[in-house]
Amino acid sequence: MLDRHHLPIDRNREVVIRVRGVEVGFGDRTILNGLDLDVYRGEILGFVGASGQGKSVLTRTILGLVPKRAGTIEVLGRNLDDLSPSERRLLERRWGVLFQQGALFSALTVKQNVQVPMREYLNLSDRLLDELAMLKIEMVGLKPDAADKLPSELSGGMIKRAALARALALDPDIVFLDEPTSGLDPIGAGEFDELIATLQRTLGLTVFMVTHDLDSLYTVCDRIAALGEGKILAEGPIETLLASDNPWLRSYFHGKRARAAMASDS
Amino acid sequence: MAQSTLAQEPQVKIERSGDKVTARIVGHWTAEHAELVESFAAEIGAEADQHHVIFDLGEVQRLDTLGAWVLDRTRHELGERGQAADFANASPEQQILLDEVAYRGFQEQPKARHSKAMDFLVDVGKSMAGAGKDLVDGVAFLGELVSALIRVVVHPRRFRGTALVNQLEQIAYRSVPIIVLISFLVGCIVAQQGIFQLVRFGATPFVVDLIGILVLRELALLLTSIMVAGRSGSAFTAEIGSMKMREEIDALRVMGLDPIEVLIVPRILALVIGLPLLTFISSIAALSGGGVTAWLYGDVSPDVFLSRLREAVSMNTFLVGLMKAPFMALVIGIIATLEGLAVEGSAESLGRHVTSSVVKAIFMVIVLDGLFAMFFAAIRY
Repeated sequence: MLDRHHLPIDRNREVVIRVRGVEVGFGDRTILNGLDLDVYRGEILGFVGASGQGKSVLTRTILGLVPKRAGTIEVLGRNLDDLSPSERRLLERRWGVLFQQGALFSALTVKQNVQVPMREYLNLSDRLLDELAMLKIEMVGLKPDAADKLPSELSGGMIKRAALARALALDPDIVFLDEPTSGLDPIGAGEFDELIATLQRTLGLTVFMVTHDLDSLYTVCDRIAALGEGKILAEGPIETLLASDNPWLRSYFHGKRARAAMASDS
Repeated sequence: MAQSTLAQEPQVKIERSGDKVTARIVGHWTAEHAELVESFAAEIGAEADQHHVIFDLGEVQRLDTLGAWVLDRTRHELGERGQAADFANASPEQQILLDEVAYRGFQEQPKARHSKAMDFLVDVGKSMAGAGKDLVDGVAFLGELVSALIRVVVHPRRFRGTALVNQLEQIAYRSVPIIVLISFLVGCIVAQQGIFQLVRFGATPFVVDLIGILVLRELALLLTSIMVAGRSGSAFTAEIGSMKMREEIDALRVMGLDPIEVLIVPRILALVIGLPLLTFISSIAALSGGGVTAWLYGDVSPDVFLSRLREAVSMNTFLVGLMKAPFMALVIGIIATLEGLAVEGSAESLGRHVTSSVVKAIFMVIVLDGLFAMFFAAIRY
């Protein structure tokens, strides 16, 4: 695998997600307070932060599932607030989301789950519909016999893979992954990281990954953004975050578990 | 995004030179243009007759997995016909994608086939076996319940009074309004229909006998049991089921507490105490409804209604209804508990068991009532 740690960050690279001054709160509690973040095309951005700091809230705000109080979000150069409903649908075809629990439709088989967005948005012949669904299922490393299984018959790791296949169904430009390796054993988590890196290279994806997994941060992420107190505390390649003197970041990246992850990576 | 889609439509330009056919692939070969992509690919296949085909990707603006898949599929199909076919001028990204999709046929998973008649017989057999198992489980659980009750009687300190009072509030007290309302209305309806029929024989006052006996012996109890099965039985299954789902029952067990004593005895006792009380309230409400209707439709004044009622019903009419109630409570409680304990890990399973708890409980209440009717008729009570 190519060494991802020393990729130069080119400030002229295309920004696919631009978050500016976003403020989100529930009731009188403010979660995100003037948050700025850029995600560049073709990178894997790891997004970390203590529990309850609003990592998922930011993801859900970008996806439009949580309303924001202030600020702008631009995705692929379009301000989300200015889009008409039909433009918004076009944009939604260009991102795929892997929810934490997979969010596979429980009444449909894996193959039908992958075909849901294809049937909705594309005009495909039956043969192509079947072949493409099977292709995506194989691409995420599932065996063909998993295609006709229901989500309740799958293990945790298989659910994540099937959900990733669904997220990739429309060949999106951006993929949002919400804690993709949580609940997987270390070997399964490592394989999943590898899979994300491979797919990112073959499909040219931009990956926005919320994660707690230090191994993922070390092995697959090009850049890391750390969230705290409603803002981005630090962002950059892992070295930048290791060098940060923010107390939370220090204990996060210099704790026992972090040292173990660093040792195993080097 | 959507603008100038026409300019980006996929195209193919076929050129022949000697024994080579060059297919220049132009534009966006993506999923948005799936139909065009497929038909152009078929065109290449048709035009290629026996020549060496070169797919020139130099002018492709966008290629996604669908485009790559269809192109590679065409190349593969040409290869199967014994023709050489190659890609040329693919950018490194496109080459990675082409390698990744690498066409292969996907075989349909063979599906096991059965005849319809066989499936039907299997279903019947399974549901019979299931019903038998339910009966055995129910009896076994009744045994467990009784032994837990005996333990509680022997060690009264282990009895959970607070839980019992709480359950009585949930099961009995809070369902009084709805039970009074539906019983009153059903009383009205039965009286009204009774009057319409009896008036033809000039026997309107007999509507009091009709209502008195019907309500006290059967209706009040059935209405209450069905209502309680729907309202408390389902709640009961849902509570126990969600505790089972989240391993709370196992947590109780490893702390040395008996889940039956802690969770189930108070609930079933509350049902056994609450259901007769509710049946009584329901009887009174239904009789009042009948009385009001008899007054309005049949000119049976309240004092005539009451005096006829005293003649029409005896103590045993009233007791027949009331003494069935604890048995109904037990059936509802046992079914609700068993369904709750049968819940497995998922929320779908919880939903399924709550539904089946209500359906089974209502079914059993009606069957049991029929058995009681035969029994009381046989002993002429």
